Amino acid sequence: MNWIFEPWPWYVAGPLIALIMFLLLFVDKQFGMSSNLRTMCAIGGAGKKADFFAFDWKSQRWNLVVVLGAIIGGFLGAHVLTNDPSVAINPDTIATLEGLGFENAGATYLPEQLFGLEAFTSIKSILILLGGGLLIGFGSRYAGGCTSGHAISGLSNLQLPSLIAVIGFFIGGLVMIHLLFPLIF
Amino acid sequence: MKRTAAYLFIGIFFGIVMYKSEAASWFRIYEMFQFESFHMYGIIGSALVLGVLGVFLIKKNNVKSFYGEPIKITPKDKSFSRYMYGGIIFGLGWALAGSCPGPIYTLIGAGYVSILVVLVGALGGTFLYGLIRKKLPH
Repeated sequence: MNWIFEPWPWYVAGPLIALIMFLLLFVDKQFGMSSNLRTMCAIGGAGKKADFFAFDWKSQRWNLVVVLGAIIGGFLGAHVLTNDPSVAINPDTIATLEGLGFENAGATYLPEQLFGLEAFTSIKSILILLGGGLLIGFGSRYAGGCTSGHAISGLSNLQLPSLIAVIGFFIGGLVMIHLLFPLIF
Repeated sequence: MKRTAAYLFIGIFFGIVMYKSEAASWFRIYEMFQFESFHMYGIIGSALVLGVLGVFLIKKNNVKSFYGEPIKITPKDKSFSRYMYGGIIFGLGWALAGSCPGPIYTLIGAGYVSILVVLVGALGGTFLYGLIRKKLPH
């Protein structure tokens, strides 16, 4: 049973993600995580400012329960099912990241300078996290879904809109890492 | 209650898979966009192959859900601009913060306080979209 404490390979994780999508379909729901952000805005009273948030958010409570589960799952994954949180990324990737100023890339689960507590002492790190979040929230709602709704659920249903969105995800990601990272870091 | 327990169970399962597959790791997302590992492509690709196959079989055999309802996947509205522009904006954020909306919650549970800053940003971005969406090409 030691394998469970090791990182799970893609051929285990991928099929499990498909299983999650099917489990949701079999309880009459659709896999999509970013719509929870809209629900949270609605709960916070955003419906008074924009009619986009004036909907019956209670119909989306089920997905907030999935969110709660994902938080619990993250806790269990990190603190119960993992002994060594390092990530075995490609040595070439480690070298490139070191060139950008990321020390010990892959030695931790997330880069310390962005996600360690030291991030709170750097305005630049806070702006990167805030800006990244802003793009995620704005883009996923504009595109009508994120990785789960488009790349997994939508493409599984062979939807052209999802293919366009996923191509967009990759254009954005490649532009960020290859063109903007050298300017940001 | 039973249904709520099912959603909670599925969420816990999802959170564990996101963490253990390292799909919630910033490093894996960076490595994916550098094309230096098959890992993330294998995860998405194998999920997709099984997803396409399963959805095909569900439709072909009119499979019913656990509660006896017909399983339906609501198709997205036809358009190009909203998916391309929105997709690019999302991709920029995905690569910068190294996490998509699902893993944000996983990382909160894993104990990373700073991911809450990403969540606040994501809520702000969603709110901003709601404010100006009528002015955007869709």
